[in-house]
Amino acid sequence: MPGDRTKLSPGKKREERFKRWLSPGIKFSTPKAEKAYQERATRFIKVLKLEEPDRVPCILPAGLYAASHANTSLAKVMYDYKELSRAWVKFLFDFEGDTYTPPGLVPPGRALEALDYKLYKWPGHGLSPDTLSYQAVEGEWMKADEYDALIKDPSNFWLRTYLPRVFGAFKGFGQIPPITSFEEIATMSLVPFGLPEVQAGFRALLEAGRESLEWAAVVGEVSRHALAAGYPAIMGGFAKAPFDTLGDTLRGTQGIILDMFQRPEKLHEAMARIAPLAIDGAVAAANGTGVPVIFMPLHKGADGFMSQKQYETFYWPSLKQVIMALIEEGITPILFAEGSYNTRLDIIKDLPRAKAAWYFDQTDMVMAKKTLGDTCCLIGNVPTSLLMTGTPEEVKEHCRQLIKVCGKGGGYILAAGANIDAGNPENLRAMMDAAKEYGVYGK
Amino acid sequence: MAENFVNLLADLKEDEVMALTKKRIASKEDPMNILEDARKGMEIVGKRFAGGEYFLPELVFSGELLKQITALVKPHLSGKATQTKRVGKVVIGTVAGDIHDIGLNIVDFMLDVNGFEVYNLGVDVPAEKFVEKVKETKAPVVGLSGFLTPAFDAMKETVAALEKAGLRKNIKVMIGGGQMDDEVRKYAKADAFGKDAMAAVSLAKKWIGVN
Repeated sequence: MPGDRTKLSPGKKREERFKRWLSPGIKFSTPKAEKAYQERATRFIKVLKLEEPDRVPCILPAGLYAASHANTSLAKVMYDYKELSRAWVKFLFDFEGDTYTPPGLVPPGRALEALDYKLYKWPGHGLSPDTLSYQAVEGEWMKADEYDALIKDPSNFWLRTYLPRVFGAFKGFGQIPPITSFEEIATMSLVPFGLPEVQAGFRALLEAGRESLEWAAVVGEVSRHALAAGYPAIMGGFAKAPFDTLGDTLRGTQGIILDMFQRPEKLHEAMARIAPLAIDGAVAAANGTGVPVIFMPLHKGADGFMSQKQYETFYWPSLKQVIMALIEEGITPILFAEGSYNTRLDIIKDLPRAKAAWYFDQTDMVMAKKTLGDTCCLIGNVPTSLLMTGTPEEVKEHCRQLIKVCGKGGGYILAAGANIDAGNPENLRAMMDAAKEYGVYGK
Repeated sequence: MAENFVNLLADLKEDEVMALTKKRIASKEDPMNILEDARKGMEIVGKRFAGGEYFLPELVFSGELLKQITALVKPHLSGKATQTKRVGKVVIGTVAGDIHDIGLNIVDFMLDVNGFEVYNLGVDVPAEKFVEKVKETKAPVVGLSGFLTPAFDAMKETVAALEKAGLRKNIKVMIGGGQMDDEVRKYAKADAFGKDAMAAVSLAKKWIGVN
């Protein structure tokens, strides 16, 4: 972005980012598509600012759904990019939603294979080939006595300790010297790079990179296709709560819970170290995509996962730090609370007005609207079970009620509790129909 | 000393309860008494969890303390360890295609401290495994766990497999976890949906006839 942005106020930065979102700098396929794009993006911008839009916008729950909808499978599209593109483009035109999510979350199977990725299982790799999703493998990928190493130098810890554990191909990387050892005539620092295990790791990395570039070209093409046809993207990137980064993929649930009792200071120190990394990553993603909205899936702070006091002590402070830093940068975080958040509403309303949105999975929306409605845009929460097993009439009726409860005065986006991977397409159409039929303002 | 031990464990005082465990072992006390007290402490933890005073972190940490206590006591057991009487058998597992086990393990914990013999089959369990285990143990209650939406169909298939094996009429099936609810219960043709581990305990108690 041109000019010295650091001098701008958060509000000005936000307006600039919204402006860029409204004009994505691509050639629209028709003037009609361009007009539709403006309308859709404006609809989202208004609700995120807690203003009344023309009607309630809708985000369809389409994580990996496009694959089964196109009669193909996740196993297939992770390896066949033509098929990936076919399925996702079909979804785009079959549903005509208010926004569209390109297949960036369908990882390239061969790249993961080249690296012998152990953190995830996917169809054909640890899961049956007909499974419709990939899943993380919880484990103690970081040991309890490694907090100091992580805190001292995260990059070094990642490269030499964490990566060799989650990528089988990098098992030799523990022998790579710290990059800061390269000084003057760094002969000794070069030696480890000659070791066969280290060289094999780099070859795998190059191969995975080559494969990923090919994949990224296809994802980019689908993405441009959707933009040109008038469908804005709403997820400019992802960020996690520091507690979840540690709890999901480093220490594991069991590990981080023991740390809460046995080494709470280290845990706090590590979260403080991780928060700026999450912030930098999210800002870079929003800058790169031009979409000023960052999606934050939240896991281990849900009701039941910890007490109120534990949430206030361990979860919320570093999460809030990330949220506030994004708001400072003019970015709007969408906080996706998986599970339910009924007991957290009073804590999480402590945010500036109309700067972040809460996306609820199973939280009581009547309570949420009452507690948070003046502070944040609300998103959610058509039950995924209803979408997958109910009739279109039931889905539409549920959406009508949600719009009635949450839509008053704007500040609501109709969406499902979580993504679905399969199910009756008519149920997704019922969601769109409900938004158009019951969600129009000023009628 | 015993009462203090039970409370120290229930209050999750790691250093104190471990010191006391060592002291009791050193004083040549019957190790079975220590294990029995540990069971009582865990029972209180379960009650506090059910009452909303404790949450997942306390359950997990108490499990860790129990593990440490058992490791200290074990070398001193003479082999005459008597099994505590169990009120009934329950087979549980996360259905095929799903590898999540946090909720599953909470249910395991709560059934266990409430006196049930729990057969935990782990994650990504194929329908046949449930069938085999029910045949082998004659457990009258089966708990199916799932986190993600693919579990909907896997649950349905598991119930169908139990039906096909002729076992369905003798057993009750409960489901729970992540995206499960009563809609999924109907879809999978299970007998009940439980929204948390306490619900799993009361369902098992009701079905097995425990007060």
